[in-house]
Amino acid sequence: MPESPKLAVNFAGIRSPNPFWLASAPPTNCGEQIMRAFDAGWGGAVWKTIGEPIVNVSSRYSSVDWNGQRMMGLNNIELISDRPLEVNLREIAEVKRRYPKNAVIASLMVESKREAWHTIVAQAEDAGADGLELNFGCPHGMSERGMGSAVGQVPEYTEMITGWVKEKARTPVIVKLTPNISDIRVIARAAKRGGADAVSAINTINSITGIDLNTLTPRPNVDGKSSHGGYCGPAVKPIALNMVQQVAADAETAGLPISGIGGIATWKDAAEFILLGCGTVQVCTAAMHYGYRIVEDMIDGLQNWMSEKGYSSIEDFRGLVVPKVTEWKHLNLSYKIVAHIDEAKCIGCELCYIACWDGAHQCIHVDRVSGPVDGHVELHATPASVEAATRASIAVTPIPKLDAGAGSNGKATPLARIPRVDETECVGCNLCSLVCPVEECITMVEVATGKRPETWAERSAGECAPPPMTQH
Amino acid sequence: MENLSGNSEIAERFGDLHPPLTAQAAIAEANRCLNCFDAPCMGACPTHIDVPRFIGKIARENLRGSALTILDANVLGASCSRACPVEVLCEGACVLHRYNKKPIEIARLQRFAMDAFHRAGGRLPLKSAEMRAEKIACIGAGPASLACAAELRQRGFAVTVFERRALPGGLNTYGVAEYKLPARASLEEIELIQALGVEFRYGVEIRTQADLDELEREFDRIFLGVGLGAARRLGIPGDEHRDVIDALEFIARYKTAHPPQVAQSVAVIGAGNTAIDAANAARRLGAENVAILYRRSERHMSAFAFEYEHAKQEGVQFQWRVIPVRIHVDASGIKSLECAQARVNEAGVLEAVEGTAFHFDCQQILYAIGQSPLLELLSSVRGIELSNGRVAVDRATGLTSNPKYFAGGDCVNGGREVVDAVADGKRAGVAVAQAFEVVHA
Repeated sequence: MPESPKLAVNFAGIRSPNPFWLASAPPTNCGEQIMRAFDAGWGGAVWKTIGEPIVNVSSRYSSVDWNGQRMMGLNNIELISDRPLEVNLREIAEVKRRYPKNAVIASLMVESKREAWHTIVAQAEDAGADGLELNFGCPHGMSERGMGSAVGQVPEYTEMITGWVKEKARTPVIVKLTPNISDIRVIARAAKRGGADAVSAINTINSITGIDLNTLTPRPNVDGKSSHGGYCGPAVKPIALNMVQQVAADAETAGLPISGIGGIATWKDAAEFILLGCGTVQVCTAAMHYGYRIVEDMIDGLQNWMSEKGYSSIEDFRGLVVPKVTEWKHLNLSYKIVAHIDEAKCIGCELCYIACWDGAHQCIHVDRVSGPVDGHVELHATPASVEAATRASIAVTPIPKLDAGAGSNGKATPLARIPRVDETECVGCNLCSLVCPVEECITMVEVATGKRPETWAERSAGECAPPPMTQH
Repeated sequence: MENLSGNSEIAERFGDLHPPLTAQAAIAEANRCLNCFDAPCMGACPTHIDVPRFIGKIARENLRGSALTILDANVLGASCSRACPVEVLCEGACVLHRYNKKPIEIARLQRFAMDAFHRAGGRLPLKSAEMRAEKIACIGAGPASLACAAELRQRGFAVTVFERRALPGGLNTYGVAEYKLPARASLEEIELIQALGVEFRYGVEIRTQADLDELEREFDRIFLGVGLGAARRLGIPGDEHRDVIDALEFIARYKTAHPPQVAQSVAVIGAGNTAIDAANAARRLGAENVAILYRRSERHMSAFAFEYEHAKQEGVQFQWRVIPVRIHVDASGIKSLECAQARVNEAGVLEAVEGTAFHFDCQQILYAIGQSPLLELLSSVRGIELSNGRVAVDRATGLTSNPKYFAGGDCVNGGREVVDAVADGKRAGVAVAQAFEVVHA
């Protein structure tokens, strides 16, 4: 039997049995929780941010549900740890003594004074933390007091405080980046200048999740009022992936280890963050939703995928996709794909048809029975006329004794309901394949254009060309 | 009317075959709908209810909008959600048969929206604020007439419905198995049509030329929604005995009057959907042995496949290729039904095979072998063409060959479903209204 792929990582000097860490959040509030998480298989945990204890409000969370699924996005207005500092420090020591192989990172946030940072760094390291994560990202509550994202939104403060921490720290220092800025690379560069050993990204995004339409109260409701919170969960993953890629690809921060955060719930999510350069990934919402047990399949699934791909360690595939994300001007303008509908798989929902007509380029038609008509859009039946014909039709209940051979339900898709792609008009936008509910029914097929590859940068090289104006 | 005032025994024995969805279950189910464009379910529905639209509104918690979407297409949306053979209509057409094999539970979602509408005291909306002078008569208070009457009343016309029975609804009230559609639910739905201002005259039978002449003088247009006539009789010795009962009458009795006494052993003649409803009812009312006897084979039966399966689950027995020959009776009642094996002879005609006679022991016989057309009434209408005993109409408008008369429902289509009658009635209502609206425009 071939050896299973190794998941162990060395992240900026912090050793962890696997890249799966719990993010600094309610799942890492205390030692008892973190020890249960390690028992479940988590490689590391970033302790719920320690500092001067605070007072919280109730309620604290609200969520966005989507299409019957709970918590596509989660929002919180909880502050840092509300437990006495000594208790947290004692428990860090206890966890490290009982789980020496797992990574315990202390998340820190104190007022912006050099001595205060020196003191907390020493306390966390004396307790046995393997590394430090500086919470410059918390967007609610703490930022009003000059901490959290109030630091992370200003490059100079980020650099200065990172510098103070590095004066004292003996363990690796990770700066946690806030996404609530215009260009995350600016803060990542500041952290690096301050001496950061790594960054983690992203922290939560400023949000109001919704309003109760019965009471007209924003959520989460705290005695009739609310406050903007930090948004996380599956909804934020694409935003996080982009920011991670920006940091990974930036010349100034190239090589700086990144711990990926933002909507990670499965091994697939984790693989994507690692492919964009992350050395570890941090999880919160999914663990809050389903419990620590989710890590089992994160490990199992990632290993199976690695075996399939022939990767024996995380480093084998880390960052492979970073160079494949480029600026638009470097994309090949000569590459052409068109949609292809597999009629054996088509179930006849016609979602591609209406999407193409209303949301794209009017090149999918339902004229298989009336006969293919190629050419200008004006030649084709519009969606409204298609629907009107159905409404005007006379349908009856098929009754065996009244209708010979009645009823042919659900067996095969009638040809009249299988749409046709006008390939000469198709721009290869992907929309139809995105809305099609059937796996592999609509595929995008490359067609030879006979043109040599050419990018916008190449085409406009030497000229003072304006940007393309034929955008849709 | 013991049942309608709440006969607990009937309610207990005829509990919902398809229980209502809870709100949580309805939203989960609604979210499974793909929201097809030009959806096949909508196309398959004779009334073309915009199914994805009303389901989407359930998912988005716009229940009033959902119910009004249904009612806009089908004013009997509540009873159709319970009585429709959706397996061969909307749910049969669902594309998910070809996806994960589990069609959307459209009927139960429709019932969910309609139940919520009724609970909230919803009323049918008017389509025109203007009241019109034209008067329309609808003969029969079954689904076709109700749909026609509601459509016209919503557009401001004065509508009067004439019904020979004591209650409105036709087969919706009297003929649909109680575990699908309780008579009470049918009547509650019709109250909304009454609230629109449609006038109902009960106990009035329109039968003769003279009756029609009077109507023609009073009304500008007349809609024929008279349904079918008397049940065909068995035509064998002994069939006049009081325990040889028209299956539709048997169903009407348990639904709207005192539950009938059911014998220990019951024979049901015929294998259509009415025969199945009657056989199931006999079982639920306490009959030990209930058998459906049919002169042809299983594959010829006119009942829907799912009805056949349901009857087997209810414990109904089936005997194929059996011809009833004679009913044996003594002073205490029916003793047995004498039958013979049937075969198709060289001429293609069914006949009894000699020497195959046997006795089926039973004390009650329900017959459901079809209904005759209402020829006496229909042939009294001047200038109206019939074809095979059915009123010939223009399908898109329901217009008969006499321009004063429109028609729809079973008297036109030969006996289909509630939803077909509603579609006919609505098309006729729209056509009548448009004719007058254009004239006055």
